[in-house]
Amino acid sequence: MISSANSSSSRSRVDAALRPALFALATASAALLALVLLFLAGESWPALAEGGWRRFLASDGWYPASGDFDLWPMAWATLAAATGALAIALPLGVGGAIFTRFYAPPPLAAAFRRLLGLLAGIPSVVFGLWGLTVLVPILARWQPPGTSLAAAILILALMVLPTVALTADSALAAVPPDWLAGAHALGLTRSATVLRVALPAARAGIAGGALLAAARALGETMAVLMVAGNVVQTPTGLFEPVRVLTANIALEMAYAAGTHRAALFASGLLLTALVALLAWSAARVGERTNA
Amino acid sequence: MRSAATRPAERLFTVAVWAAAGAVAAVFAWMLADLVAAGAARLSWSFLVDAPASAGRAGGIGPILVSTLLILAVAIAAALPLGLGTAVWLAEFARRGSRAARRVRLALDVLAGVPSIVFGLFGNALFSVWLGLGFSILSGGLTLACMVLPILIRSTEMGLAAVPEDWRRGAAALGLSRAAALWHVILPAAAPALSAGLMLGIGRAMAETAALIFTSGYVDRLPGSLMDSGRALAVHIYELSMNVTGGDANAYASALVLIALLLVINGLAALLAERWLGRRIVTS
Repeated sequence: MISSANSSSSRSRVDAALRPALFALATASAALLALVLLFLAGESWPALAEGGWRRFLASDGWYPASGDFDLWPMAWATLAAATGALAIALPLGVGGAIFTRFYAPPPLAAAFRRLLGLLAGIPSVVFGLWGLTVLVPILARWQPPGTSLAAAILILALMVLPTVALTADSALAAVPPDWLAGAHALGLTRSATVLRVALPAARAGIAGGALLAAARALGETMAVLMVAGNVVQTPTGLFEPVRVLTANIALEMAYAAGTHRAALFASGLLLTALVALLAWSAARVGERTNA
Repeated sequence: MRSAATRPAERLFTVAVWAAAGAVAAVFAWMLADLVAAGAARLSWSFLVDAPASAGRAGGIGPILVSTLLILAVAIAAALPLGLGTAVWLAEFARRGSRAARRVRLALDVLAGVPSIVFGLFGNALFSVWLGLGFSILSGGLTLACMVLPILIRSTEMGLAAVPEDWRRGAAALGLSRAAALWHVILPAAAPALSAGLMLGIGRAMAETAALIFTSGYVDRLPGSLMDSGRALAVHIYELSMNVTGGDANAYASALVLIALLLVINGLAALLAERWLGRRIVTS
C-alpha cells in the first residue's frame, strides 16, 4: 500500500471524500453481523426469558403446542448426520486429491478437478431431489422406510465431498516440491512419499477443509430435509427417520407464532454459534499453515 | 531397493487411490445422467415461457424464471456497492493489520459461516416483518444480498491484493489522484477477480432455497412488482418434489434449467472479465 496523502490526494476533492465513504461502507458490512445476531437474539428473547436455556435442554421432548422445546434429539441427529457424512467424504475426498496430485495422468487430473468444480456448484435442492427420487427408493427396498439418517448421511457426504477434495488438492499442491524430490531421492516408494511426506505436510490444510465441510454439513437444510424423514427422535439406528435442527426451522417457521417462533430463532442462534465456531477454527488452522 | 513385502502394499495403495477417485466420478456420473435422463424429455421452449399449471405438474416455469431473475437483480444491486466499497477499503485504504480491518474481516468470516436457513430467519424478521416488506421479491433479494456479501468481498479483496504494487506507485508518480488510480488502473486490473467473485455470488444466490422460503415465498404467478411474492427456481424444485405428488418430472426439468443457467453465468462472467481487462488496460 502506498500513502501519497499530501502530494496527489490533496489535489482531488473526490479523494478527500473517498476514504471516509469507503470506511462507512466497510463498517456497514461488518455491522451486518451484529444486526443478524441482534435480530436472532431479539426474536428468541421471549423463549429465553421464559424458562431460560433449561427449557431447550431439559424438556420432555419437542412439543411446541404444549410449550416443550427439547432440542437434544434434533441436535444429536444433526451431529450424527454431519459426522457420518464427514466419515465418508474425508477418505474419498482425500483419496481423490491424492489421485489428482500423484497418480492421475495430467489430462485426467484436470478433468477430475473440473468435475469436482462442477459438483461444488450444484444446488443443494438438486442433491435433495436426486436423493429423494433415486437414493431413498433404493434404501427403502432394503431397509424401509428409506427416508432416514443413512440417506441424509449419504447425500451430505456427496455434497461436501468437492469441498474436502478441492481443499485437500490445493493443500497437497502447496507441499514444497523439494520435499517430494528428496523423498524420491531417498528411494521412497510413491505410497510412502504420499503417506509419510505429502500428507503430513498438508495436514493443516486438509484439516481446515474438513472443518469447512463439517460447517457446511451442519448448516445444510434443503438436501437433508428432503431425505431424512423429519421425525423428531433421538437417532438409535442408521435407518431411522430423523429431523435435524435446520430442517426443523424450515418445516415449522411457516406456522410458528409466539414462543414457538421464538424457540425456532433460539435454535437458529445455537446453530450459528456451532457453525461459526467451526468456521473460526478452520480459519485458525489455515493461518497456522501459512505461518 | 524395494523389498518384496512392500510391492503388494504399494499395489494395494495404488488400487485404493484409483478406486476412491473412480467411485467419486462414478457416483457423480450416475447423478448427472439421472438428471439429464429424467429432465431432458420435458424441456422445450414452451416449458421455459409457459406458466405452471395444476400446481406445477404441467405447464412451464416462465413466471418462476422472471421471479428468480428479479430476486437476483435485487440481491446484486444491494450487495455489489457495499461489497465493492468494503473490499476497496480493506485492500487499498486500511492499514495492514490495523484493528479496524481485523475486526471487519473477522465479522465477515463469521457471517460467511452463518447457515442459509438462519439468513432466512433473519430476513423474515428484519425485512418481512420489521420493515413490513412482507413476503416479497424485495425481502428475498435483500436477504440473499446479506448472504453473498462475504463471498463478494473476499474474492474482490483477493483480486485487488493481486494487483502489482508498482502500478499504484506508477499512478501516484504520474500525479493521478487515488480515485483516478482506482478507477483507471486498479479496478480494471482486478476485473477478472471481480467478475469471478460476482459469479460466485450469483451462483450461490441462484442455488439458494432455504433463505427464500420465508422471505420471497411460494407464489408462482408472474410478479407485478418487487413487492409481490415470487417463487425462485430452487424453491420451485423443492416444492414440486416435496409437496406436489407427480411433480418429479417437472422438478427434474427445472433442475436441469437451473444447472444450465449456473453454467451459462459462469461462462459469461469469465468471458466478460477477459474482454474488459483487454480493453481497459491496452487503451489506457
